[in-house]
Amino acid sequence: MHFRHLTKKSEKENILFDERRKIFIILFLLFLLFITFIIALVQGVYEISFFDVYHTFFNHLNPYGDPNNINKLYDVIIWEIRLPRILVSLAVGISLAIAGAVYQGCFRNPLVEPYILGVESGAAFGAALAIVIPTFFLSLQVAAFTFGILAVFGAYLLARVRGETPIIMLILAGVIIGSIFAAFVSILKYIATDAALREIVFWLMGGFYYSTWQDVILILPTVFVCFLLLWFFSWKLNILSMGDEEAQTLGVNPEYYKILFIVIATLITAISVSSVGIIAWVGLMMPHAARMLLGPDHRYMLPAAAIMGGIYLIICDTLARTLTSGEIPVGILTSIIGAPYLMYLIRTKGKGSFVG
Amino acid sequence: MLKIENLNFAYNKNKPVLNNISFEVEKGRLCGLFGPNGCGKTTLFKCCLRFLRFENGSVNINGDDIKGKSVKEIAKLMSYVPQEHKPSFPYLVRDVVLMGRTPHLKGIFGTSKDDKKIAKEALKLVGIKQLAEIPYNQLSGGQRQLVIIARAVAQKSKVMFLDEPTSALDFSNQIRVWKLLRNIAALGSTVVACTHDPNHVIWFCDDVVVMGNGGLVAVGSPQEIISEPTLDKIYEKVCSVESIKKTKVVYPREFSKIDKKNRKKLESDTSHVANTEGEY
Repeated sequence: MHFRHLTKKSEKENILFDERRKIFIILFLLFLLFITFIIALVQGVYEISFFDVYHTFFNHLNPYGDPNNINKLYDVIIWEIRLPRILVSLAVGISLAIAGAVYQGCFRNPLVEPYILGVESGAAFGAALAIVIPTFFLSLQVAAFTFGILAVFGAYLLARVRGETPIIMLILAGVIIGSIFAAFVSILKYIATDAALREIVFWLMGGFYYSTWQDVILILPTVFVCFLLLWFFSWKLNILSMGDEEAQTLGVNPEYYKILFIVIATLITAISVSSVGIIAWVGLMMPHAARMLLGPDHRYMLPAAAIMGGIYLIICDTLARTLTSGEIPVGILTSIIGAPYLMYLIRTKGKGSFVG
Repeated sequence: MLKIENLNFAYNKNKPVLNNISFEVEKGRLCGLFGPNGCGKTTLFKCCLRFLRFENGSVNINGDDIKGKSVKEIAKLMSYVPQEHKPSFPYLVRDVVLMGRTPHLKGIFGTSKDDKKIAKEALKLVGIKQLAEIPYNQLSGGQRQLVIIARAVAQKSKVMFLDEPTSALDFSNQIRVWKLLRNIAALGSTVVACTHDPNHVIWFCDDVVVMGNGGLVAVGSPQEIISEPTLDKIYEKVCSVESIKKTKVVYPREFSKIDKKNRKKLESDTSHVANTEGEY
């Protein structure tokens, strides 16, 4: 009897900490992602009907399916072109959104984006170098990735004073390193041939044109594992966002966890940037959208931001490859669609949703 | 209980800030740390909380030296309410209070039902349950102070340090916070709060530690310690102390020179006094 009374009471007590709404929203977002995926696979310059797309898709998945049963052209378009592109956009969307959320949490600043520490300038330099001097490096991706990581590492070393890395120093160092690499990119642009220059400019605008299964295999599992890790530590990210001293009094070592979070976020940003170029806005906007929808608790906001980032980039890339007969660099679309959307959120939800 | 022995600290070698500080606070008591601006009260807190590494001396909690303990272990022993909390993202009040449970979390990912229950009790104790679902950066400064105190309560540490908990509050909220601190101490923690108001120390604290520039001036019960001789040591001839209704009150010394006939004149002059203070 006494026990029954206790359970009843504890049920009542938990009403205060009810998170069912948030879980429902996340499940709904997952459902939206699924729908987006299904529709995106059907869209394309070469028109294939809904039925044919999924007939081909499932026939390819089925190991006992008869290869003669499906149209070879359809198979190549769906399986070798559309599907890897969609999966890479999904992975890049997830990685930029969660990297943005993690950077914003660590730096206690809602204006921070994943490129704040100079990843993108470093990667741009690496890519430009590989384009201008093609014999020098193994591949454009490897060069971009290496220099992206190098830039952040440089910013971190520059910001480290007496065993501590104050946020303001880190951001300043990121700006400095970023502008140095931006200057290097300008030098390369200046000496590049017309064809190389065109390629550099195109790369800087970002796009999924060259996405292959190789990219999918490289990026998707990495991003997924990194997401799980970050999600695992998301409560610590809440604590970290209260400031270094308070995090310490709450039992979270700020130096240790800051490094952990920044390393993981930088890794996934560098991988994304090196394979698809610079895609603006996703990393800044998706964390905000998720925070407005679910509140700032990173345990719920992080998965929501990841899913929304995925949906957003799949939509943008689908538009990029279908709007015109040619290709629109996806970086242009993310900005054109993203900026008004964020403006709308700010105007309707008000100032309270941002840092007071 | 908290025991500090021979604590020395200097930001730069020639100018020591803390000089052989030693005192003890028993379990269940509210201790006021009193002293002028810049005497090292906050520095003392930061040494105790290991934000600053002190060279000599020791800080013991329940006979346990905090030296060499991990950040998480220290957080189980001590909680801290900073003087000023810069709001971060718009977390709900209940989530901020729940953050106090962090050093006790067993798994890495989440908070258990027990943690939520403790957080809820902390909200009740502090009397801000009705604010639970409001983003804490929309609250007033005083309400936010209560939220951070509730967070420290939820931490269930042995010792709670508060850095000028009432400096930004109105008079009624100041009294409310001091009464709350008395309740928290009565529940079995050791509470150390630094303050600039000697009256608060007399009215609410069980013990007082008076600091002057660089060292201890006096330690003991507020009724005895807060007296004109002690106050003269840290503020030169500024304060008088008088007994009113079984308690003591500290007030500006110039008031005591004026007899009742001149009091009216003084009241008309106070606007002038306020003006000169403002200029100063």
